Amino acid sequence: MTIVVAGERKEYADGLTVEELIEAEKVETPQYVTVTVNDTFLSNAERASRSLQEGDIVEFLYFMGGGTIPSLCASNDL
Amino acid sequence: MRMPVLRAASFERNSMAFTNEQLERYSRHIILKEIGPKGQKKLMKAKVLIIGAGGLGAPAALYLAAAGVGTIGIADADSVDLSNLQRQVIHSTADIGRPKVESARDSMLAINPEITVHTYHEYITSENISAIIRDYDFILDGTDNFPAKFLINDACVLEEKPFSHAGIIRFEGQLMTYVPGEGPCYRCVFKEPPPKDAVPTCREAGVVGAVAGVIGCLQAMEAVKYITGAGDLLTGRLLTYNALRSQFRTVPLPRDSHCAVCSYERTIHVPFDYELPTCDLK
Ligand SMILES: [Zn+2]
Repeated sequence: MTIVVAGERKEYADGLTVEELIEAEKVETPQYVTVTVNDTFLSNAERASRSLQEGDIVEFLYFMGGGTIPSLCASNDL
Repeated sequence: MRMPVLRAASFERNSMAFTNEQLERYSRHIILKEIGPKGQKKLMKAKVLIIGAGGLGAPAALYLAAAGVGTIGIADADSVDLSNLQRQVIHSTADIGRPKVESARDSMLAINPEITVHTYHEYITSENISAIIRDYDFILDGTDNFPAKFLINDACVLEEKPFSHAGIIRFEGQLMTYVPGEGPCYRCVFKEPPPKDAVPTCREAGVVGAVAGVIGCLQAMEAVKYITGAGDLLTGRLLTYNALRSQFRTVPLPRDSHCAVCSYERTIHVPFDYELPTCDLK
């Protein structure tokens, strides 16, 4: 089947679950990545049971920091 | 490139309150049909708060000051450090050791002495955030810790303030805009801050200065569009930038109907602080 992963068309075997896709795509720190399938959030609990289908659109949304830390850290050298 | 200087007379009807100097300073805005004299007036009346005078806040503050945003608030508890200067372009080598908010204020006023800058040389916490953001029309999140990002989101949702969220890491960045009543908030997408060490911070992972510049400028652009009403905001969309692949993408963001802060099922009614892990790195 062809699915769209983060904007790219990819070929995967039928019946692939979201969890298997996360592994195949080598997603970093997957437990902190938000997944949408066809613009709908997928809970972490649903990843193992949700099988993907032809034409599904999957996005991985990553936590990102940025700028400076107005931090409580001992050192402030960001 | 030298462009013809706009004549005051051609704007007489719409620009009663512009001085000739303002007409010249803002001429490249005023000739844009999406901004025009009315949009420039809106910018001059607008109040924008920038939280974090770092990699994202620095370019955003410079451009918003240059654009003539009438009142700019800048909040940061830190002082300028040598390692900041690789990307925090609002500060100079001579500013090392000074509070970032003072250095940022001086740079903004040097570009545009017409604006008013309010400085908040303090940590933004659940205690002070609501009172600080209340006076502003638009808020920019330029912080680099997840507790702060969730605090800004929750406070803005609860105070019904629009804000721009952004993050950067290594060669990548992303941003989204929250507008009350339209589209998802940050917590719709990310439920909780990750625990310590789960996600690398800027310092641990590194970041290219120009990536911070790209994303900080996009945040400034969101503020300008919100204020002037020009174009479409990044509400319900996450704009991502991958510098290595020279790629921008816009990913649709749904709303979470069970969101803890912006849905009818809200369980968060007042801003609160997540504990910030103490840094191991010195
Ligand atoms: Zn929400």
